[in-house]
Amino acid sequence: MILSIASGKGGTGKTTVAVNLALSLKNSHSLQFLDCDVEEPNAHFFLKPFIVQKQQVFIPIPEVEEEKCTFCGKCAEVCAYNAIAVIKDQVLVFPELCHGCGGCSLLCPEQAIKEKGQKIGIIEFGSADNPQFIHGKLDIGQAMSPPLIREVKKHMNSLRTVIIDVPPGTSCPVVESIKGSDFCLLVTEPTPFGLNDLCLAVETLKKLKIPFGVIINRADVGDNKVQDYCQEENIPVLMTIPMDKNIAVAYSEGKSIIETQPSYKQKFLELFKKVQKFIK
Amino acid sequence: MKQLVIISGKGGTGKTIISGSLATIARNKVMVDCDVDAANLHLLLHPEIQETHQFSGGNKAKIMPEKCTGCGECLNVCRFSAISKTEKEEIIVDPISCEGCAVCFYICPEEAIIMEKSLSGEWFVSQTKYGPFIHAKLGIGEESSGKLVTEVRKKAKGIAEKNNLDLIIIDGPPGLGCPVIASLSGTDLALVVTEPSLSGIHDMERVVQMALHFRTQTACCINKYDINLQNSAQIENWCQKNSIPLIGKIPFNLDVTRSMVQGIPLTEFSENSVSKEIKNIWLELLKLLSMEDF
Repeated sequence: MILSIASGKGGTGKTTVAVNLALSLKNSHSLQFLDCDVEEPNAHFFLKPFIVQKQQVFIPIPEVEEEKCTFCGKCAEVCAYNAIAVIKDQVLVFPELCHGCGGCSLLCPEQAIKEKGQKIGIIEFGSADNPQFIHGKLDIGQAMSPPLIREVKKHMNSLRTVIIDVPPGTSCPVVESIKGSDFCLLVTEPTPFGLNDLCLAVETLKKLKIPFGVIINRADVGDNKVQDYCQEENIPVLMTIPMDKNIAVAYSEGKSIIETQPSYKQKFLELFKKVQKFIK
Repeated sequence: MKQLVIISGKGGTGKTIISGSLATIARNKVMVDCDVDAANLHLLLHPEIQETHQFSGGNKAKIMPEKCTGCGECLNVCRFSAISKTEKEEIIVDPISCEGCAVCFYICPEEAIIMEKSLSGEWFVSQTKYGPFIHAKLGIGEESSGKLVTEVRKKAKGIAEKNNLDLIIIDGPPGLGCPVIASLSGTDLALVVTEPSLSGIHDMERVVQMALHFRTQTACCINKYDINLQNSAQIENWCQKNSIPLIGKIPFNLDVTRSMVQGIPLTEFSENSVSKEIKNIWLELLKLLSMEDF
């Protein structure tokens, strides 16, 4: 089973839910944990994996062989991202705009463009313990996270129960992370900000045709509008977590909820059972 | 004219609460929400939309079945796994995966592929009681959030110039990727809002490094600093060591959530420990921007 944890709004508790679910299930299930929030990965603070392997990730960017180039301008014409420009007798490449589609090198009439790797980040692999841990880390100053997310997901082991920690938002990095999931948990908070972004996340999942349920974090602060919305839209609320300063303090120290309040383990196991029922 | 951007790396640290409060304090400014895929500032500023603009970030490939011979050339060249063959041997494009590179369009021997403009969002010019406000809504699951940010910022600059406004305040998105870089580029000052958790510290360090990478002057403030005093001290040390001015320590206060629920910027909601600290932060920001209080 592939289960992703997303939210729309940042800071609602995605990572908290993802790591506590993983820690609650690890004695009974063979797990893999993928942290796809490659811009700001945080799950390792709580799962404390022992990193045994690192892999650099590159995207292909064009490299022009000046002696073959006739400066015809075809590459600049076909590039949809303005990542390559021809000025008189010079070809300029802007790696930060390149999506690595390969169009310029494929379509160059002189075959004057080769591709070289531009490093965008790394993937780190935890030891083969349970959960098996993998995360990506985007290099500072790199703009494009989807290729790195794709690379993390290439290492998915679908024989295990896979838990994916998704970045905030609703745009391409989120879609890339959630795509292919069997179920998605949306973590929100009962505030207008939480509701606004929950609605956007719900639209995203409907578009992707992935079943989902909601978890309301800090459920006793704010208002009832998230509850009302879920009821109206027939969206199952699978768990609520109350506002608890102890949880916030534990989080700040890199401790999971079940580490400080073991009774939560049962709640996360029940959550997982509910999710399993939805998938069947 | 100066530009201030509020970023955080980690989501949910309080960017929009601070931006909304600054909207009530600063005069002669334009407010901009650059968190285009999960915008929230409008929930505090209650804009009256005056102009709506369509935004197209790019194209998507579309296969014309009557021309397609099913040769599969397009399948081989697509690097985004956006093209696939159905059980009925029909070739289809997944518009969600398509990044609009058009390589399939160029390579197709039958000219059976067209590139269609995809409508990927809207942006708005609005009026609020705090002055002009530019905001946007990216289509669901769309690309090009960076392009939309750039579009929105261009308009904000135009409005500021036209009306002789002194400052543009940008509420930025979380993370480090393309919309963040687009929000940050060319600004005069980045205010990084962090929180005293291990995640907050880690994400702050990364986003500060990013701001410095793009040579932007950077300052930090800690939200909910009293949740973990030890971690707050660690942030202070880190800032000091890296010559990043730490210009505020905002305490934890449930009034923040209450003001959000009411849809009122915190500084207007009540006089409390948080609004007091945000006012201090504003004075520090003015100094860093070399601006007079106005």
